[in-house]
Amino acid sequence: MSTVSHSVVRIWGLALRHYFLIRGSWPRILELVYWPALQMTLWGFITIFFETHSSWLAQAGGILITAILLWDIMFRSQLSFFLSFLEEIWSRNLGHIFVSPIRPFELIAALLMVSLIRTLVGVGAAALLAILIFDVSIFSLGAPLTLFFLNLTLMGWSLGLVVSALVLRYGQGAESLGWAAIFLVQPISGVFYPINILPEWLQPIALIIPASHIFEGLRLILIHQTFRIDLLVNAFSLNLVFVLLSLTTFFVILRYARIHGQLLQMGE
Amino acid sequence: MSKPIVQVCGLNKKFGPVVAVKNVNFSLAAGETIGLLGGNGAGKSTTLAMLLGLLLPTSGDIFVLGHNMIRNRYQALPDMNFSSPYVDLPHRLTVRENLKIYGCLYGVKKINDRIRELSQDFGLDQFLDRPSGKLSAGQKTRVALAKALLNKPKLLLLDEPTASMDPDTADVIRQHLIRYQGDADATIILASHNMSEIEQLCQKVLIMKKGKIVAQGPPNTLVADFQRQNLEQVFLDIARYNEPTRQTKEDAE
Repeated sequence: MSTVSHSVVRIWGLALRHYFLIRGSWPRILELVYWPALQMTLWGFITIFFETHSSWLAQAGGILITAILLWDIMFRSQLSFFLSFLEEIWSRNLGHIFVSPIRPFELIAALLMVSLIRTLVGVGAAALLAILIFDVSIFSLGAPLTLFFLNLTLMGWSLGLVVSALVLRYGQGAESLGWAAIFLVQPISGVFYPINILPEWLQPIALIIPASHIFEGLRLILIHQTFRIDLLVNAFSLNLVFVLLSLTTFFVILRYARIHGQLLQMGE
Repeated sequence: MSKPIVQVCGLNKKFGPVVAVKNVNFSLAAGETIGLLGGNGAGKSTTLAMLLGLLLPTSGDIFVLGHNMIRNRYQALPDMNFSSPYVDLPHRLTVRENLKIYGCLYGVKKINDRIRELSQDFGLDQFLDRPSGKLSAGQKTRVALAKALLNKPKLLLLDEPTASMDPDTADVIRQHLIRYQGDADATIILASHNMSEIEQLCQKVLIMKKGKIVAQGPPNTLVADFQRQNLEQVFLDIARYNEPTRQTKEDAE
């Protein structure tokens, strides 16, 4: 077997571990679709209420539902990566994993694969419900949806890597930070409103968040039927920086953990 | 003489001001079993963790199967494995699922056949499809050993390999380890507090105290040198002396 085949088998092996885990646990299966469906339903009803009171929203029916579904792509990507990493810590399995031939980048690849599947299942189910209940389809965005998905997933993974690294560095005390981190960027990502309504001093910060360019692009498509390629290029460029920074953070902290014996002590 | 399977040179590990391992040197040939002894906090686990690459040494070098474990450990890891009752396998997964996953991680071919073999060797048949978290301590130890032998390792690191086992099962496991070592010409490093087990399995013993190797040699030689009746008495001697080297004790006498 070649080096690449060995690598693929190891990534598959670790992904399989999460498949076995989810398959045998109904709360985990339910959790996959529970929050995306609940969030989408809540915002769907808020939209119905607002549509009778706001002409701006009436012009773009479903904007909030589409926004929440796209937000959930980023949220699920981050959370699924982080949760899969936490599962290894909760089961005190990190020791076995790190003394097996699986390399850190293969571990990351396996977690990304699991995260992608979990995100597709969770958001996919919510997107179908949105069609059934509110007659709003994110698939009507057409080809840009794929690019939005890719960018939001990349940003979610970057955050997932950083919060996982924080748990590796500071132990399970940092776990709550991992759950909360993504909500720190939500207000400045322009998910539900344009970023020009933010205070002036906050707008430059919002502009360095890849997601803010995606949500800006989303509103332009839904309200003005205009697709702005420059916003997408901005998001991709910023995501490249985010991914590089998060990978660097993860590897630096992994080395720190190997120096300080953190991998031996991780667990419940 | 053939190249050593394990070579440890000037190994040191400090955690801040605490010296966990101090200037440890040893080497192991193919087919050798070495026992690592020492009281709590003697530096055994830290040494094992550094051998496995889980922990980076402050200074010194470790070569396993000719590969530098600090710079190039992924070349050696496919031919190594370890078992410890203190590192769990995922509780919610069944024994079979766990073995299958680790089979993938170690690149084991015909994994189902290998699981069947190990299942017979370690008597796992009855609980192969039971979640790992629902096993008794002794059953977990047997599963951990099966996992450690999945890839037929050339170097096997075992921490308390028969912990929580009844004497009969422990003996069966020991006989299996002896057979495996003979068949595979494997090298085994064993950390245990079970002195009779060490005497039975190991050709050589390293005794650690406060991070240093304070005595080493074949078990019967150590017993003779310390003028004791068994290894346990040697261990107690070393643990209770302030300057526990063979030389200082002889000098004192």
